Amino acid sequence: MSFVLSEEQLSIQKTARDFARERLNVAAFRRLRDARDAQGFERGVWSELGELGLGAVHLPEAWGGAGLGYAELGLVLQELGRNLAATPLFGSTVLAAAVLREASASQPGLAALGERLAAGEQLVALAHEERPRFAPYAVNTRLERTPSGLKLSGEKALVVEGHVADQLLVVARSSGAMGDRDGLSLVLVDATSAGVTRTRLETVDSRGYARIAFSDVALSEDALLGKLGEGAALLDPALDRATIALCAEMLGGALEVFERTVQYLKERQQFGVAIGSFQALQHRAAQLFCELELSKSIVMEALSAVDEGRADVPLLASVAKARLSDTFLLAASEGIQMHGGVGVTDEYDIGLFYKRARVCELLFGDAAYHRARFATLSGF
Amino acid sequence: MSDASELEQFREETRAWLQENCPKSMRSKILDPTEEVWGGRNAKFKLPDSKLWLERMAAKGWTAPTWPKQYGGGGLSAAEARVLEEELKRIEARSALKSFGLWMLGPVLLEYGNEEQRQRFLPGIIRGETRWCQGYSEPGAGSDLASLATRAELQGDHYLINGQKIWTSHADKADWMFCLVRTNPDGKKHDGISFILIDMQSPGVSVRPIQLISGASPFCETFFEDVRVPKANLVGELNHGWSVAKRLLQHERALISKLRDDAPEEDETLPEMAIRLVNGGEPGPLQDHALRERLAQVEMDFLCNKLTLRRSSESIAAGIGPGPETSMFKLYGTELNKRRKELKVLFMGYQGLGWEGAGYTARELQMTRDWLRSRANSIEGGSSEIQLNIIAKRVLGLPS
Ligand SMILES: Cc1cc2nc3c(=O)[nH]c(=O)nc-3n(C[C@H](O)[C@H](O)[C@H](O)COP(=O)(O)OP(=O)(O)OC[C@H]3O[C@@H](n4cnc5c(N)ncnc54)[C@H](O)[C@@H]3O)c2cc1C
Repeated sequence: MSFVLSEEQLSIQKTARDFARERLNVAAFRRLRDARDAQGFERGVWSELGELGLGAVHLPEAWGGAGLGYAELGLVLQELGRNLAATPLFGSTVLAAAVLREASASQPGLAALGERLAAGEQLVALAHEERPRFAPYAVNTRLERTPSGLKLSGEKALVVEGHVADQLLVVARSSGAMGDRDGLSLVLVDATSAGVTRTRLETVDSRGYARIAFSDVALSEDALLGKLGEGAALLDPALDRATIALCAEMLGGALEVFERTVQYLKERQQFGVAIGSFQALQHRAAQLFCELELSKSIVMEALSAVDEGRADVPLLASVAKARLSDTFLLAASEGIQMHGGVGVTDEYDIGLFYKRARVCELLFGDAAYHRARFATLSGF
Repeated sequence: MSDASELEQFREETRAWLQENCPKSMRSKILDPTEEVWGGRNAKFKLPDSKLWLERMAAKGWTAPTWPKQYGGGGLSAAEARVLEEELKRIEARSALKSFGLWMLGPVLLEYGNEEQRQRFLPGIIRGETRWCQGYSEPGAGSDLASLATRAELQGDHYLINGQKIWTSHADKADWMFCLVRTNPDGKKHDGISFILIDMQSPGVSVRPIQLISGASPFCETFFEDVRVPKANLVGELNHGWSVAKRLLQHERALISKLRDDAPEEDETLPEMAIRLVNGGEPGPLQDHALRERLAQVEMDFLCNKLTLRRSSESIAAGIGPGPETSMFKLYGTELNKRRKELKVLFMGYQGLGWEGAGYTARELQMTRDWLRSRANSIEGGSSEIQLNIIAKRVLGLPS
């Protein structure tokens, strides 16, 4: 594994950087937000992203992806994070795709969906969370076998891109009790099926999420991914990968907000000098710099670990998520403070990063959750 | 042959050599600091094997793996040196020689010294024959090092030195000192400073130990009274010693930030220690949840810091950097080290409160002293606040 980017990686980074700055910048995000856009992203730009080969860098060539790795995906997500770019890349192409890929190892029939997903033609969402705080096995949505097939009932609290997804990968309980790892099953549900009710959630980060209720949704046997009751085997690795990918996006956001803040410290004059000459602010900025450097390292390491299929991916996912949860929020909140009054205005971008940081912090477990998980994985 | 396979071959040869030459007794972590080897005229070898190990390593130049062979160094490339380091670590080999000469003065002489000085001083450092100390700080010049006042006046073929240094680590055991002196009292304070090498046996040099809160006293005040130092001992240009001084500080900071890598008491990991002491050996979640959370945080930060050190060294090897990031590692590494030491004492509970005598094991007493010693980490070599200043100004470009 190398921490130094290769020529190819540098070129992907540049393409992503240029595209994001031009087409997916914060101003574009604001337009969607202010228009209360029903989809929350622009279909046209989404296609362009795919055409540039940035949409599915990490997906297999068999699906029409670029066949590269998470290291490359991370570079793209970082640039999107820097611009608060609203796309379904994370929800569909990363999160849902990770589950599909796990499942397709034993179910080749899923490849067709994989292709449509990689091409961005169809959006798939993972419907997983039920509780207000991340708890991967706290699933109460029931999956039952009936003489006529499978039946799904329950409610999901927050489904990333659930409002626009064509297909939903639903985590349900087919046996066991709330909190058990055993007894979880994964089913693929057409989002327009009878009995599916979706409510778009208006969240502080103005991105796309839905609450989704399933009321006696009838499914055929082949809706099942993997084996009945063994869904966690597909879910766990996929969640780790998605968590690491999200950390790359968070890193981009944190770096951007930090750089903007440092720039502001150099420009803003008070008491006849640039505020960046005040040591109280210098030290906080320097401290933040260190936290960000450490964040870069762990994100790169975790992304590479995914590509190398290493056994410490779960551990690194927790280290990365704990750190990025804290660091992104710290960078954004310090950013607001150091901007003074202008920092809390809606017109200024800093606050948008802060809101995104809060959402990212809670997605897939906050720092406290991952410190506890790290401790468990480390045996203490 | 490709670079990779050459490197693999080097690894095999190194492994074989170490297998043959590293005495068995040298393949364990040092628990007792008095077993460390610092070299010098009055070198002490508590274990006879340490002497043998030093001699063998020095003969190969592997005490200074990347220094040129002509001065007795190993002549290894950065990649080879890393392989050597990995192989040493693999067998838990003790460091053959600890030395300010290796870590700080040597690299500076290679960059700023003249040929005569390199030939004269480097071999002795590599073989552990000369022990060096650092004469930077003065009572009135700590963080504000450039305000130092120790005077050196040129008198024919030698400088006459008068003044006082403080905090000189191991001055009482050192053979030589690399020292900052004022050679031009007029003008701005960063100008008029020179970097000079002083034989500690010169008439007029005297040292007085200072005791720390840890009870140890490896530190001294050093006094100079009409000390005569030959002109040839000046390193770099007269009055332009500040750049030499700063470069040496970068090496020092890089070192301090790495130090805990082979700190004496790291014979068990922090989690192992926590299980042993907090859980009474019972595996599984720590019964004290607050400590568990703190430990997780420290362990994660430790990992991230280690990865960042590696990232930086890879960037340097690829020709990117090094920048002022040594300040970051000094800052983060030392603050982290303090957090680790504090946790250990908390894990020990009442057994971490011992100072000496009955009721405490030698190891417990050592850990407690180490915790107290660690408080100096974020002061020595430039305090954390000074590192933050450097990062703010040099890395982030914030105005003065
Ligand atoms: C264990 C130990 C070993 C040492 N070994 C050596 C040695 O071998 N050789 C040698 O030459 N020196 C040595 N030193 C000296 C060391 O380099 C100095 O102690 C250090 O540079 C700090 O100087 P000071 O102690 O005078 O503190 P001061 O400079 O008086 O600082 C006091 C406090 O003020 C803060 N401060 C000062 N200036 C600023 C500023 N501009 N902005 C913000 N905060 C500031 C400091 O961070 C500190 O918190 C050693 C020190 C210790 C403790």
